[in-house]
Amino acid sequence: MEMVIVAPPAPGKIEDLRRRFFATPLQALLSLVSLAILVFLGWKLLNWAIFSAVFTTSGGPEACQAASGACWSVIAARWRIILFGLYPFEEQWRSALACVTVVVMTVLSCIPAFWTGRRIALVWGAGAALYYVLMKGGVLGLAHVGEEAWGGLALTLFIFVTTCLIGFPLAICLALLRRSELPWISRTTGLIIDGVRSLPLISILFTFAIVLPFALPQWLAGDKLYRVILGSALFFSAYQAEIVRGGMQGVPSGQEEAAMALGMNYWQRIGRILLPQAMRNALPATINQFVISFKETSLVVIVGFFEILASGNAAYGTGEWRFAYIEVYAFIAMIYFVFVFSLSRYGAYLERRMSVGER
Amino acid sequence: MSSLLRNQKVRNAFVQVLYVGSIAALVLAGVVIARRNLAEQGITSGFDFLFKSTGWDVNFSLLPATANDPYWWYFLIGILNTLFLGSVGLMLATIVGTVVGLARTSTNELAQLLGRTYVDIFRNIPLILQVFFWYALITHLPPPRSAHQAWGLLLTSRGLYVPVPNVGGAAMAAATLAVVAAIVLPVWLGRTSRLSQPVGQRVTIQLIGAAAALACAASILVAGRLPDVPLLDFPALQGLNLRGGLRIPPEFSALAVAIAIYGGSYIAEIVRGGFKSVGKGQMEAARSLGLSPWRVFTLVRLPLALRAMLPILANQYVWLMKATTMGIAVGFTDFFMIVALAINHSGQTLEAIGILMAGFLAINLSLAAMFNRINKAIALKGNQLRG
Repeated sequence: MEMVIVAPPAPGKIEDLRRRFFATPLQALLSLVSLAILVFLGWKLLNWAIFSAVFTTSGGPEACQAASGACWSVIAARWRIILFGLYPFEEQWRSALACVTVVVMTVLSCIPAFWTGRRIALVWGAGAALYYVLMKGGVLGLAHVGEEAWGGLALTLFIFVTTCLIGFPLAICLALLRRSELPWISRTTGLIIDGVRSLPLISILFTFAIVLPFALPQWLAGDKLYRVILGSALFFSAYQAEIVRGGMQGVPSGQEEAAMALGMNYWQRIGRILLPQAMRNALPATINQFVISFKETSLVVIVGFFEILASGNAAYGTGEWRFAYIEVYAFIAMIYFVFVFSLSRYGAYLERRMSVGER
Repeated sequence: MSSLLRNQKVRNAFVQVLYVGSIAALVLAGVVIARRNLAEQGITSGFDFLFKSTGWDVNFSLLPATANDPYWWYFLIGILNTLFLGSVGLMLATIVGTVVGLARTSTNELAQLLGRTYVDIFRNIPLILQVFFWYALITHLPPPRSAHQAWGLLLTSRGLYVPVPNVGGAAMAAATLAVVAAIVLPVWLGRTSRLSQPVGQRVTIQLIGAAAALACAASILVAGRLPDVPLLDFPALQGLNLRGGLRIPPEFSALAVAIAIYGGSYIAEIVRGGFKSVGKGQMEAARSLGLSPWRVFTLVRLPLALRAMLPILANQYVWLMKATTMGIAVGFTDFFMIVALAINHSGQTLEAIGILMAGFLAINLSLAAMFNRINKAIALKGNQLRG
């Protein structure tokens, strides 16, 4: 006798829904509760943010207080102070352009064609230089604007970029030193890395901003902004060093032995064999670390910088917009969200792409 | 001389001495310069200041504190505040994270969507922004006279008022211990080999243990109550102010909520990863043994997932413990803020920074040690080749 296997008829729409969401009583309950939460929150949010919100500044704060929804007029009235801080009004296009530079630079360094040591260094070096010239001015007919007037998003991005720019090479140095065969060097470096990692970032920023000037000779103390960036770079590099070291451990030791057998010296072995492979292994974790350190730049608000969070506080904190704090925080949260979310999505994409390559 | 430099051993020793020596020299130079600078301001170095009275107040303290207390007492208060805020925040974050993580691993697509939205939103907004947000939200609540009321709680701009039992401090501590025992006892009874009973009886013994400990806690509370007042003290409006109950200051609740929500989004991912790492075969085997879905979950899935989660969770806990230092943004007197205040008031910069480092090192190391112990205790035992 011949067995004929017939595929069951494709389930109808309702049957499909029943199977997916109401298979058992428990599933049905879970679905209903989730649906209720989603609809409730979604409606509340939409109603607050769009349907009952006030978008124009024409009515002033009074129109906002009368409405039940969000008061986006505070953003319309104060977006300049949130984004640019105390930067001189007529020059704010420079601050905006500097932000664009940083974004372009970040996007470029996400493209695999730029993933050689020289190209990435070039992109970041040129980007940072362009940013600095745009913000500080004093050349090319641009008016001079001191660091004390920098603020808002541009300052946040500056701290992030310079932290990575200093921290990344430092991280590679620390990782190499920690892997050194000389016990005193590896142990001392290990002590430094673990010491920094065990401290909260705020305490390091505080130490560099406020305490360090006591311990430095006057000519070395420099501007507070650069000291804070140095502290934040040190913190970044301590974490990144462990990531790089992990990547190095993933490189089979035979590779280095083969390079040695070919007669390559230490720097050739490191630069051509070990580091490229280690960086590839460490890429997902590295992007994750970038994401974290972008979020953590927000902490400089505590040592008294006028970055985007502080300028947001200033935007609602004084005068007639005192009630509109939720909208200001929502706006800043959106900015952070766009940056951080796209970076972390990119990291997840890379991880998938790389795991496909390895299979 | 040149032949000496060509000798590998000598060269290695030389490089090491140079490296360690230059770092030591840098640190030493910093300390010397700082001492000189501070001496110019008339500040003598040393740890004598620990025994002077501070002259300023803290706004939140678990122990009695006045401005006459010495610095070392304040540092102790700071560490206790950090640990207290940390443990409350960690506990809440773990609860949130477990719920959201389970939602993300469930087979229900709507629950998955909900969990995913939560994680995506709260992971991608800096913690300090969330702290600022909750703090602003709480301090914009109505004043005590027109407070929001719910289940005996009062929400006001001056803090959260919750009912407390009217019992003495010693009885309260004893009752807390008994409640902890009610949680630990069943676990211990389940693990100890002296009571090797079949599973059903073991559960009964565990339940009896937990009930006994809880009954103990209740009787301590009843026995230790203050005379002539109701057992529960509800906060209520009297005149212009709120009387009774326990006031949780806005700084504390803002930080605890922010840590719970932000940390919860990270812990949810750890929980999800842990459950994902449990092999499908294990669950199929458990099901084919005829275990009920609940049994499959509690006896197979959860223990295996916990083992995978614990090391990563330990890291996350250490991170969240350090995140309590954001208290300084809203004015909660955690350990870091007390150190910063001490530097401002006493000028003993180096000493205070040293204490800060030592304190956080101690906290981190003890957390790590605790988790290592737990990790070892629950590691799979038996016929594994690798230890």
